[in-house]
Amino acid sequence: MPEHLLSPGHTACAGCGQSLAARLVLDAAGPNTIIVNNTGCLEVFSTTYPDTAWEVPFIHSLFENAAAVASGVEAALRQSGKLAEVRVISQAGDGGTADIGLQALSGMWERGHDILSVCYDNEAYMNTGIQRSGLTPTYTSTSTSPAGQSSTGNPRPKKNIVEIAVAHGIPYVATASAGFPLDLQKKVKKAMAIRGPKFLHVHVPCPLGWRHEPEQTYQIARLAVETGLFPMIEFENGKISGRYLIVKPKPVEDYLKPQGRFRHLFKPAAEAALKEIQELANRNIERYGLLKTAGS
Amino acid sequence: MLRVNGLRIKITAEPGSARNNKTGSWRVERRPEFRQKDCIACRLCILVCPEGIVAGKEKNSFKTDYLYCKGCGLCAAVCPKKDIEMVAEETESEK
Repeated sequence: MPEHLLSPGHTACAGCGQSLAARLVLDAAGPNTIIVNNTGCLEVFSTTYPDTAWEVPFIHSLFENAAAVASGVEAALRQSGKLAEVRVISQAGDGGTADIGLQALSGMWERGHDILSVCYDNEAYMNTGIQRSGLTPTYTSTSTSPAGQSSTGNPRPKKNIVEIAVAHGIPYVATASAGFPLDLQKKVKKAMAIRGPKFLHVHVPCPLGWRHEPEQTYQIARLAVETGLFPMIEFENGKISGRYLIVKPKPVEDYLKPQGRFRHLFKPAAEAALKEIQELANRNIERYGLLKTAGS
Repeated sequence: MLRVNGLRIKITAEPGSARNNKTGSWRVERRPEFRQKDCIACRLCILVCPEGIVAGKEKNSFKTDYLYCKGCGLCAAVCPKKDIEMVAEETESEK
């Protein structure tokens, strides 16, 4: 058996956060896994015709229905008594999860299929040219929300897909990051041990769309967590059960500054927007209790 | 193979056949050099490599596969001992 279940030779950009996270997820899930993948960067770069980078069965669905296809795969496995050994992962990017694929995904969670859904969140439709999605953060410059003289970028807040998942009453929901590889793999293993629908939201930097250097992927992923902008949390049966505690939250500027998509926020006119992003981080820290205190 | 109007169309692929695509040719400016001197075998370079091509077990045994390395520099950036260095890519004649 090869060392990793996602082979090299795929065509992801150098420094791609999604490719490293997808490999970590699958390696943790193991070889007895069937993957159903929405349309998106991950599907495109890993399955350039006539080859595939996957070492496990992989099905590319339409953009909106990986969760429905995965539900069918799971039902067939259940019917043939194979669900004990073969597990199903339904995976997509942020658009395929929170926008286009949300209806099928919601149905899959609601019907209680024994499937792990993974969202690789690079915060825009990177594959088609960096158009904003429902998971693009506030004040991000994308090709459909460009910053300029009369715009400070995306005017809408990032959809809270994690709490949408929790609201379905599914047994396990967690967030993870490409900047915390061992934590990510631990959460995949934990999720695979639970029967029923699971959701894992993984924050993955995109050097192309976020406009940072390829070697900064790991560092930027960590900064998103350490500033409070991407809370790393776990919910079990609707209750928060795990959180990555921050000793001293870093100012959001540390995270925003290396990224070209936020460059416009460092002009004097954008001071208010920058302050708003800091407040967003503060609210996350408060809402999920992320601050490490003497007792925690 | 799927047959449509006498045409044979390939609709499945060999697992891991993307290996046919040697992405090492993407590297233009720099490549990582594993010095194998101060390595503590923390495995972080293995974990973060987007290509999954860094391998090694014992201290100072880690290396990458230049056939596929795209030269992103993540392994060098995360190495806590600065034991991986980005160096200028060799020119075609040096290879």
